[in-house]
Amino acid sequence: MGDQILIRDQVDRRRSDLKRWLDRIVPVVLSVGVFFGVTVLAALVVDVVLEGSHRLSLNLITNYPSANPAEAGMRSAILGTIATVGLSAVICIPLSIASAIYLIEYAAGKRWAEVLRYNIANLAGVPSVVFGVVGLGFLVYGLGVGRSVLAGAFTLAILTLPYVTVTCVEAIKTVPEDLKFGAYALGATRFQVVRSIILPRALPMMLTGGILGISRAIGEAAPILVISGLLFIREDPTSLFDRFTVMPLQLFNWISRPQPAFRELSAAGIIVLLLILLALNSLVIYMRYRLYRRLEAT
Amino acid sequence: MSAEDLLEKIKVIIREEESVEGADVEKDAAIATEGLSVSYNGRLAVEGVNLKFRSNTITAIIGPSGCGKSTVLRSLNRMNDLVPGARVTGKVLFRGVDIYSKDVDPVFIRSRIGMVFQRPNPFPMSVFDNVAFGLRVNGFKLTKDEMKKRVQEALIKAALWDEVKDRLDAHAYSLSGGQQQRLCIARALAVEPEVLLLDEPTVSLDPISTSKIERLLVAIKHDYTIIIVTHNMQQAARVSDYTAVMMTDENLVGRVTEFGPTKEIFTSPKDQRTEAYISGRVS
Ligand SMILES: Nc1ncnc2c1ncn2[C@@H]1O[C@H](COP(=O)(O)OP(=O)(O)OP(=O)(O)O)[C@@H](O)[C@H]1O
Ligand SMILES: [Mg+2]
Repeated sequence: MGDQILIRDQVDRRRSDLKRWLDRIVPVVLSVGVFFGVTVLAALVVDVVLEGSHRLSLNLITNYPSANPAEAGMRSAILGTIATVGLSAVICIPLSIASAIYLIEYAAGKRWAEVLRYNIANLAGVPSVVFGVVGLGFLVYGLGVGRSVLAGAFTLAILTLPYVTVTCVEAIKTVPEDLKFGAYALGATRFQVVRSIILPRALPMMLTGGILGISRAIGEAAPILVISGLLFIREDPTSLFDRFTVMPLQLFNWISRPQPAFRELSAAGIIVLLLILLALNSLVIYMRYRLYRRLEAT
Repeated sequence: MSAEDLLEKIKVIIREEESVEGADVEKDAAIATEGLSVSYNGRLAVEGVNLKFRSNTITAIIGPSGCGKSTVLRSLNRMNDLVPGARVTGKVLFRGVDIYSKDVDPVFIRSRIGMVFQRPNPFPMSVFDNVAFGLRVNGFKLTKDEMKKRVQEALIKAALWDEVKDRLDAHAYSLSGGQQQRLCIARALAVEPEVLLLDEPTVSLDPISTSKIERLLVAIKHDYTIIIVTHNMQQAARVSDYTAVMMTDENLVGRVTEFGPTKEIFTSPKDQRTEAYISGRVS
């Protein structure tokens, strides 16, 4: 009896020794990981800023690309990005919200809906260039829309759809079952429950996911390279069927030129791109803050 | 028809009569179940429930945890349709119509048979909008004043009006738990259902809130048919006219073991297990 207590004490002590050791080592390991990531990122940003900041000017935004680095700008690329990414968001976000609502609220509990949901999550991991190839085959050649803004926008929409749908599904799942049942028990239809109970609570998180999807679309070069193919455009896109280029492709073009002046230009372009992404991510943080404030108030 | 068949038929009738205490229950049942069974993902949870809930009375359903009280209750207004994997067989007759027959719209059934849940679940909106919610989703065409009147009536019935009349615009979550539960009752009453189902409506509440709710149920029972699931035997004894006791068998399938006027159930239970259950908890 006494022996047993003694043994258990020893076991307990040994276990707690291990626990204490783990408690001390785990934060160290984790912080090394964080430190590594942050340092690499900081080094990149500093390098880009040092190289490109003196080339930041209005010309960079308002001028068309040019063989002369002193005059070259990324006007057509910025407009191309705004057109394709903007249109893709208009396509992708409502579609994602609709599919998420369908999967969770209308097809709830059906086996095929579960299968579909997991496959959508898998799609989020498919390399983006694959979407470009699909877009090229299906939209550009198959439907004959050409290497146009429309083809680019749809490709980006399909590319971001899985990720945004997954966040929308998660957003819907944060709505308490209690509330839904409460509404159903009063004789509300599915549509009424979606509109008056689910959407008001889930929409901020859905839009957060949508904006993160947009951020990703802005940075995509590979699928657009496949779709557009063009790197040098001296015209604004004015219709959905115009050819276009986007910012990452313009940067790619400048980086690959031999003259150092173009390298500086690309660094300045990267700063512009980073600022846009930063602004979008700030918007997400702000929206999340608003969301939590609202949930706390309730 | 042969004599044997006739005899068999009479036996069945007698058995059915026995399973439902008191002939008056038979007469004016607002809602009744016939051979109701429910399974979840193919596993039988409740079997062969035959109950008749008399109009303008309160019927309590009691029994140990997991015996299927909530399952039976959810079957009465087709809330089980919303539970993935749930399958209901048998009949639930509401005004003589089986609510599970093909041409019955579950949404309509739920607006006629209201439900209050175990945990207060007001919507994240104002007190007024909570009560008005059911009226709006059911497409009541009401003027502003009529709407106000309906909301007020519902809050009065739910014994909440005096406490919230000056803050109808306040957020529902600023009310106490007991007030929130009465708000949920008001919300259900506002659409003027015929039957009100309550699933352990007072377990999360203090004694004062509990007694307020019990008293309001007794006060409104003449206008409704009330069915209340409770773990609390005293509560069943205090508020209900009829009591159904449910028990699980060795396979964890829930069945009604006793049903009749509350007084009889509590003073002279026929089933041994019921007696053990009641005496174990009441004394
Ligand atoms: N959504 C569900 N999915 C699967 N099984 C369920 C579900 N709901 C209930 N069950 C099962 O059905 C049986 C009856 O459950 P029910 O909730 O009706 O019991 P209860 O009498 O209300 O219990 P309690 O007093 O604890 O609320 C239990 O065995 C339970 O595990
Ligand atoms: Mg229950």
